[in-house]
Amino acid sequence: MVLLLQYTIIFASVLMLVALGGCFSEHSGIINLGLEGIMVIGALGGALAMNLLPAGTSGFVMVFVTAIAAVVFGVLYSCLLGVAAIRFKADQTLIGTAMNMLATAAATVFVSAYNASKNPDNTSSTLQYISQKNAFIVRIGGFEFNWFMLLAVILLAVSWFVLYRTRFGLRLQACGENPQAADSVGINVYKMRWSGVLISGALGGLGGIVYILAGVSEWKFEVGVAGFGFLALAVMIFGQWKPTKIALAALLFGFFRALSNVYTGFSFLAGLGIPSTVYNMMPYIISLIILAFTSKNSKAPKAEGIPYDKGMR
Amino acid sequence: MKESFWKKPAVQTLISSLICIAAGLFVGFIILSIINPSGSFKAITTILGNFLTRSSGPAKLKAFGNTLAKTAPLLMCALSVCFCYKVGLFNIGAAGQYEAGACAALFCAIGLKLPWFVCLIAAACAGAVLGALSGFLKAYRNVNEVISGIMLNWITLYTANTILSNPSVKDPASPYTQGLASANPKGLLPTLGMEGLFANNKYVTLAIPLAVLIAVAIWVVLEKTKFGYELRATGFNKEASRYAGMKEKQNIIVTLAIGGALAAVGAAFLFLSGYQQWATTQTSVPGMGFNGIAATFLGGLSPIGTIFSSYFIQSITDGGALINRSLYPAEISDLISAVIIYLCGFVLFFKTVMNARIAKSEEKKAKKAEGGNA
Repeated sequence: MVLLLQYTIIFASVLMLVALGGCFSEHSGIINLGLEGIMVIGALGGALAMNLLPAGTSGFVMVFVTAIAAVVFGVLYSCLLGVAAIRFKADQTLIGTAMNMLATAAATVFVSAYNASKNPDNTSSTLQYISQKNAFIVRIGGFEFNWFMLLAVILLAVSWFVLYRTRFGLRLQACGENPQAADSVGINVYKMRWSGVLISGALGGLGGIVYILAGVSEWKFEVGVAGFGFLALAVMIFGQWKPTKIALAALLFGFFRALSNVYTGFSFLAGLGIPSTVYNMMPYIISLIILAFTSKNSKAPKAEGIPYDKGMR
Repeated sequence: MKESFWKKPAVQTLISSLICIAAGLFVGFIILSIINPSGSFKAITTILGNFLTRSSGPAKLKAFGNTLAKTAPLLMCALSVCFCYKVGLFNIGAAGQYEAGACAALFCAIGLKLPWFVCLIAAACAGAVLGALSGFLKAYRNVNEVISGIMLNWITLYTANTILSNPSVKDPASPYTQGLASANPKGLLPTLGMEGLFANNKYVTLAIPLAVLIAVAIWVVLEKTKFGYELRATGFNKEASRYAGMKEKQNIIVTLAIGGALAAVGAAFLFLSGYQQWATTQTSVPGMGFNGIAATFLGGLSPIGTIFSSYFIQSITDGGALINRSLYPAEISDLISAVIIYLCGFVLFFKTVMNARIAKSEEKKAKKAEGGNA
């Protein structure tokens, strides 16, 4: 039971962080389908930081540097979306898809080369962080508390505050609803959209590193993040682009994702004889069903996905 | 005045695609050089040359045949994405429809011992149902087809693994499905004697000419029929097409069903040639559907252009497997394909620049001509 709670919270943290990232980007008017790729690159940055820090590093420094590395990698990678979608008005769906493919391929190539440079016989795309992982975890009874859970809650509060209580957040939302009107009152739409994309890069990158720290202590970069970026987008849609609702949606999705990790521990679930593949499919099936029933009255920002052109009215 | 050669849309599309390829290869070359500068030139020529780098004539022909055998399914996936994109739908679910096709084809061929054409039809139906589901969710429930497509990719992957793990299909000694040639030779696609042209490569089947014919058929349907015109009109402006009396919801579902059938038949083309077995333990969505997206955009969103771009993408993917693996990872080809797709997003910009250049030079000419007259 404790294990289920632990996995639910950690997966919910990942989904919430990434969904909040998507939320900032979409409120500014850019659909970020590249979140999956941003997660991979953020995870790569974090995993590299853990690998490169010397063995005796203190826990606080380890957590701090890893988080910063993930954020920086995520932000830099999200520039690919910014340049294409804002500066060159490219098709946002196409660019997002390309970013997802590029991230997995680039991370695989990079990690393989990195491993081979240390040991010529090792050309795998796996990075290990067994001992480093301990810095992130505090054991409370049987519950493994991860510092990133706390960070996720803090960032949720900050996101809510920024979006609804600051001038910046309200201006950001204006750019996603009616960029022409926003421009007419002197808001720089391009700058706002860049901010939205870069914030989504930071949160997406952070989500990536939390994901590969959830339950495992090594990551094979060939597999990417198994559609988690898209699950986060489903969380965002179900959460109607509002931080508080996104948090609740993330808990629900996190619960179903956690079930597939721990169902064998529950005698009544294991006794049902449902094959493991059904549990693997569960988060995707649930999200599809939920979307089918909630997308009808979508609260999506009205101008999302449409490149902003100053000359168009 | 005769329209300038450089102004033709087809020419501009071709130039844009070549720019994307050149830039993609350049990025690949830079990365290879960073990993290990001494072998990078040889590696990039291997990726580009693919089968030409094999030692003997027959080996070259055989490798060429293998690349063609894998181009056919890729072309089908690309046609699926291309067809849907013309109707304004981004069919990222092609990968899932591909899985459904593989599952249906292999189950019919190995489990039920049916002949190949029945397996092909079964695959097409499975893909069409999956595509129609995405279409229904889009048309009636307002679910973005990209998100539903991704979810269905994963759901279908695990479903296919479960169905193909059935003892009547799976090889008891390995995680793979049984070899088709021994389990049910009737299920193999006919080679029409083409294997003789490719040094007895029995994977060169009917699939290859059929895929090209389907590409031409898709072009005809889209460009020359009322049905295709309606679909494109729906994609261009949903509201306008509704006011013109077209059933836009039905069109969305039909489009994705056709797209689904195309991708699924692609999978049948690969698995019914016996080239590959399905691994029932795989935990990642096969890359064929995503490479289809690359081929679609590189082919300038034209079914005919897609034939050539599919071959190119498959050829560099196969070439990537031939590079010195102790020096470089094979995924470098995936990286090059991904860079190419990313750059395809800039095609509109390339064309704008080209047109601006042409306009400028024409203006100059016009001025000169004026000056001459005065």
